[in-house]
Amino acid sequence: MSQRPSNAPLHDNTVRASIAFLVMAGLLILIGVSQSWALALTILNLCLISALMALGVNIQWGFAGLFNVGIMGFAALGGMATIIVSMPPVKEAWQAGGMAVLFALLSLLATISAALFVHKLLKGKRFHGLLVGLVIVAGVVLTRYLLDPGVAAIEAVNPASTGYLGGLGLPIVFAWIVGGFLAAGAAWLIGKIALGLRSDYLAIATLGISEILVAIMRNEDWLTRGVKNVTGLPRPVPYELELQQAPWFMSLVERINSGTLAGLNSTEHAMVLKSLLVDSSSIFVKLCYTGLFTLVLLIILQLCVLALDSPWGRMVRAIRDNEVAADAMGKDVTGRHLQIFILGSAVVGIAGAMLATLDGQFTPGTYSPLRFTFLIWVMVIVGGSGNNLGAVLGGFLVWLIWVEAEPVGFWLMDALTSGMGEGSGLRKHLLDSAQYMRVIIMGGVLLLVMRFSPWGLLPEQNR
Amino acid sequence: MTDFLNALVVFANFVFVPALTYGCQLALGSLGVTMIYSVLRFSNFAQGETMAFGTAITIMMTWWLQSMGVSLGPLPTALLALPVGIFVTALILLFTDRYVYRYYRTKRSKSITFVMASLGVMFIMNGVVRLLLGPNDQNFADGERFFLSADAFRAWSGLDEALVIRTSQALTIILSLLLVGLLFWFLQRTKTGKAMRAYADNENLALLSGINPDRIVRITWIITAALATIAGVLYGLDKGYKPLSYYNLLLPIFAAVIVGGIGKPIGAVVGGFIIAFSEVIVTYAYKKVLTYVLPADMAPDGLVQLLSTEYKFAVSFVILVIVLLVKPTGIFKGKVL
Repeated sequence: MSQRPSNAPLHDNTVRASIAFLVMAGLLILIGVSQSWALALTILNLCLISALMALGVNIQWGFAGLFNVGIMGFAALGGMATIIVSMPPVKEAWQAGGMAVLFALLSLLATISAALFVHKLLKGKRFHGLLVGLVIVAGVVLTRYLLDPGVAAIEAVNPASTGYLGGLGLPIVFAWIVGGFLAAGAAWLIGKIALGLRSDYLAIATLGISEILVAIMRNEDWLTRGVKNVTGLPRPVPYELELQQAPWFMSLVERINSGTLAGLNSTEHAMVLKSLLVDSSSIFVKLCYTGLFTLVLLIILQLCVLALDSPWGRMVRAIRDNEVAADAMGKDVTGRHLQIFILGSAVVGIAGAMLATLDGQFTPGTYSPLRFTFLIWVMVIVGGSGNNLGAVLGGFLVWLIWVEAEPVGFWLMDALTSGMGEGSGLRKHLLDSAQYMRVIIMGGVLLLVMRFSPWGLLPEQNR
Repeated sequence: MTDFLNALVVFANFVFVPALTYGCQLALGSLGVTMIYSVLRFSNFAQGETMAFGTAITIMMTWWLQSMGVSLGPLPTALLALPVGIFVTALILLFTDRYVYRYYRTKRSKSITFVMASLGVMFIMNGVVRLLLGPNDQNFADGERFFLSADAFRAWSGLDEALVIRTSQALTIILSLLLVGLLFWFLQRTKTGKAMRAYADNENLALLSGINPDRIVRITWIITAALATIAGVLYGLDKGYKPLSYYNLLLPIFAAVIVGGIGKPIGAVVGGFIIAFSEVIVTYAYKKVLTYVLPADMAPDGLVQLLSTEYKFAVSFVILVIVLLVKPTGIFKGKVL
C-alpha cells in the first residue's frame, strides 16, 4: 500500500525492471509471431495508453495516497476534447443555435458569480442559504430558457450526420493538451470540494463526478452527438488508402519484400504486391501511433521520475507517509494534495484524448467504470504503487491479460463444459457468461496483490 | 376546487408515492452502509452489488418456488424466497470479511485500504451477479399487481385523476417501517445492540468491558446482508431487476449517508428520504399538475421539467456537494469521514 512499514525490505529494481520489460516485449513478439503483427501492434498501442493512465493514477495514489474512483470521467473528458478541437465546425448549427448556446454559457457564468457574490455578502446572516438557493434556481431557469431553443435548433440541423456544433477544426494532437486541461479543470473543482476532508469523501465525490460527466456526454447531443457517436475523427498519421497509392511507400514495400516478390510473373507480382501493400500500410499506420504514444509516454514518465526525485517529490512523500508531521513542519497538505490531484487527472485526460484519437471516434456509450476506473486501478496496484516504472509495467501487463483473458476464459469454459453436449442450456449460459469471468479474475488479482504483495511487481524504491 | 384536488392527486400519484417508496429503499440500503461505517470504519463500495447479489439469489429461489407451484396469493412469492436470499448473502459477506477485511482489521490499516478492498469485492460480486442471471432485466414480480387500483380510487373519490398504489409500493413502505423500527429497537434496547453502539463509539473502551469484537463484526455483516437484500428485492419488485441499476444506486446511497451524518442510523433514514424526494421532485415533469392549477390560457407548452431523468444522480451529487461544503458532519452530526 502507499504507506510502507519501517521494516519493509530495501528494493533495488533495476534488474527486476529490465527482466519484466524484456518479458513483456517477448510476450508481444510471441503474439506477433503466433497471431498477427497487426494484433500485436494494436495491443501495444493500447498498452501504451493504459500505461499513461496508470501513470496518472500513480501520481495521485502512489505519490500522495489520493483515492480517485472517477478515472472514467477524466478519460472521457479527454475523449471529448478530441471532438471540440479537431472536428470541423458545423456552420449551419452555429448559425441556428450558436448564439443561444453562448448566451446560455454567459448566463451560467453569471449565475455562478451572482451566487458566490450573494454568498459572500450574506455570510452568517439570516436567510443566507435560502437566498443563495433562490439565485441559483433563477439562474438555472434563465439558462435553460436560453439554452433549450438553441439546442433544439442545433440538433435539428441534419441530425443523421451532424446535429451538433462540431469543433474548431484544429490538428487533433492539440486535443491531447486540451484534454489534459479539461480533466485538470474538473479535478480542480472536485479537489476544492472534497480534499481537506478525509480520504473517503474524495472517492465518493470522484465516483459522482465521473458518472455525471459521462451522463452529460451521453445526453447533450448538441455538444457530443450523444449516443449517436462522433466518428471519423481526423488523424495525426497518414490514412491506409493514401499510403497504398504513395510511390515512396510502394517502393519501400517492394524493397523490403524483394525476396518474396522475386521470380513472380507480372500478374502474380501485382496481386501479391497489392496484398502486401494492404497489410503493411495498416502496420505502418499502427507504428506511427506507437511512435507518437511512446514519445508522450516517455516525456511524461521522465517528468514523473524527475518530480519524484526533486525536493517537491520528497515533500509529497513526506505528506503521504505522515500528514500530521508534514503539517507540523509547515507544509501545506491540502494545497499539495490539490496540486497532485490536478496533475494526475490531467495525465489521465491526455491519455483519454489519445485513446479517442487511436479509435478515430468518440463513443460516450462505451465508457464503463469497469474498463476505465477499475482496470486502471488493478494496473497501478499490480505494477507497484509509488513507482513510476511499475505503473507503466502494470499498464502493459494488465492490459495484455485483460485482452487475452476473454479468449482464454472462453476456451476454458468450452473445455470444461464440453462433456455437457451441444444442446445443454447450462453450457450455453456458461459460455455466454465467460466474459464476466475476467471481471472476477481481475477483482481477485487486485485483492490477492493487495494482500500478499502490497508493493506490487516493481516496489517503490527506497532512497 | 375539483381542479385543485385533481392536481393534488396527480402530484401524489407521480411524485409523493414513488418518492416515498424510493426513499424507503434508499434508507434501507443506506442503513447498511452506515452500520458498516460505524462498526468497521470504512465506506463500503460493495453495497450496491451486495443488494444486486441478494436480489439475484432471491429471484432464483422465487423461480424455483414458482416452478413448484408455491405462491403467496396476492403477495409476491419473492417474500417467501427472501430468507434464503438473506441467508446466502450473509454467508458471502461473512466470507469476504473473513478472507478480505479481517486481515486489514488486525493490521489496523488505514480506512482507504478498506475502501480499496471493498472496490475489489464490488467487482468480483459484479461479475458473479452477471454470471448468475446475466446483464439483462428479469421480471420476478407476481401476485396482485395493485394495492389501490385506478378504478377503485375513481369510484371512491369521483375525480378524473386516480391515485394508484402498486402492491410493491405498499409492501416497500410497510416492510421498511417494520424493519427500521425493529433495527432501532435492537440497537437501543437489546444487550447486543448496546454492545454494538458501545463498540462503534469507543473501540478500546468496549474491548476493555469484555465485548467480543468478532461477534459484533459478524452481527453487523448479517444485519447489513438482511437490509441490503430486502432493499434490493423491494427495489427490484418496484422497478424491475437490472444489475446496472444497483451499481447506480451507490451514489444516492452514499449521498444519503453523508447528508444524514455518517455513522448515524437515523441520519441514513432521513438522508434517504431527502435524496429520494429531491430526485423525484426535480426530475418530474409538472405539465399535468400545472394544467389543473393554472387558468386555461396560462397552461404550459413544454413539459415543465427542471432536469431530465438521465441526470437524476446529478441531484444526489449536488446535495452531496452542498453538504460537504456547508456541513460535512451532516444533519445529525455524524463523524467527519
